[in-house]
Amino acid sequence: MISILDYDAGNIKSVEKALEYLGEKALITRDKDVILSSDKVILPGVGAFGDAMGKIREYGLDKVIYDFVDSGKPFLGICLGLQLLYKTSEESPEATGLGILDGEILRIPDAPGLKIPQIGWNSLSITPGSKLFKDVPENSYVYFVHSYYLKSRDIKDVAATTDYSVNIHASVERDNVFACQFHPEKSSSVGLQILKNFIEL
Amino acid sequence: MHTKRIIPCLDVKNGRVVKGINFVDLKDAGDPVAVGAAYDKAGADELVFLDITASSDSRNIVIDMVRKVAETIFIPFTVGGGIRTVDDFKAILREGADKISVNSAAIDNPHLISEAADKFGSQCVVVAIDARRREDGSGWNIFKNGGRIDMGIDAVEWAMKVDKLGAGEILLTSMDCDGTKAGYDIELTRIISENVSVPVIASGGAGTKDHFYDALTVGKADAALAASLFHYKELEIMDLKQHLRDRGLSMRMC
Repeated sequence: MISILDYDAGNIKSVEKALEYLGEKALITRDKDVILSSDKVILPGVGAFGDAMGKIREYGLDKVIYDFVDSGKPFLGICLGLQLLYKTSEESPEATGLGILDGEILRIPDAPGLKIPQIGWNSLSITPGSKLFKDVPENSYVYFVHSYYLKSRDIKDVAATTDYSVNIHASVERDNVFACQFHPEKSSSVGLQILKNFIEL
Repeated sequence: MHTKRIIPCLDVKNGRVVKGINFVDLKDAGDPVAVGAAYDKAGADELVFLDITASSDSRNIVIDMVRKVAETIFIPFTVGGGIRTVDDFKAILREGADKISVNSAAIDNPHLISEAADKFGSQCVVVAIDARRREDGSGWNIFKNGGRIDMGIDAVEWAMKVDKLGAGEILLTSMDCDGTKAGYDIELTRIISENVSVPVIASGGAGTKDHFYDALTVGKADAALAASLFHYKELEIMDLKQHLRDRGLSMRMC
């Protein structure tokens, strides 16, 4: 069973429905015992970094996340859920994130003809051997919606990159912690394959 | 490479997909879930469901449809038509829709845009603009209530305003071109796109593959929407995308 962390973030139903479509039991919850007893955890999210961290702390989910990650079981952050794994973001300079991984969350720099947020499909350059991208072909397209992006401190964490104004670290994996800036649950068959890979970890 | 998007629009009435021919004859063309899944397979990058039901109980039918669509379709989809309040946003987003498009409600109450953007994020607030060229040719006015009421407001000014208020995208329909199959209004699309910071979806007038090319290049649109063209299989989405790719545009080929 996979717990999807419920901290009032919008549109987390899609993640649940994608997992169910793949035959996996999923539960949207903020119950500590349920979360810690599940096989895997997904931290979804859209919205602002600071607000989201505020909610996560309000519900005591920060400690639950640390405990779950310490257990060694697979953990996946999606979209804002990736960014929250880092300590700070240019979006909310006063807020402190989870700080589980090391890197910077920066605003996508303006570039001529490029709209911000990046909304739409972009291709991935995949680091060979990345667990999340097993059987996903190089240059596969996935769906992004974001104004801020990750620059990972340790390049060894980077599982996939994409280009939009700058080179964006689109997915990371370190030990049992996985994250995607894009939305696998909205990325058609490619996204479903990525979620399937996570389920099968 | 970031790609341009091709978006089929499905008109929905009482939970069934229809397509208005000149807004009068409506043909029943099926179940939104089945049609949506077929479009996902056919290479659509997103879907727009536009509810044209004019009854008070339509909200529950729409919510039910969104729930079913989200269970089987894993590409982004927008729901529009008759959404007037932040509570409407919440109810529809909660069931798995990615974006909500508002038109008349945003004109009546522009504050709705900022309120929804604050609450759910700009990325899910699509402002639909219906624009028609003024008779003196000096520009375009926006219309509300399905194109029935001329607001006397300039379309470019309105687009800039909704951008500032927090719209995440603009779905721009040319009423002059809609249904003509003579091409998108490139001039309108371009001027709006150049004056806002958010992506613009061109709508109204597509008849050929090159109409899409023009909207996405000269018109500077980030996405192009069409309905009957795809619906009646006059154009296959993957053929269209291959054509646009051959002409140098970045497209998602699946």
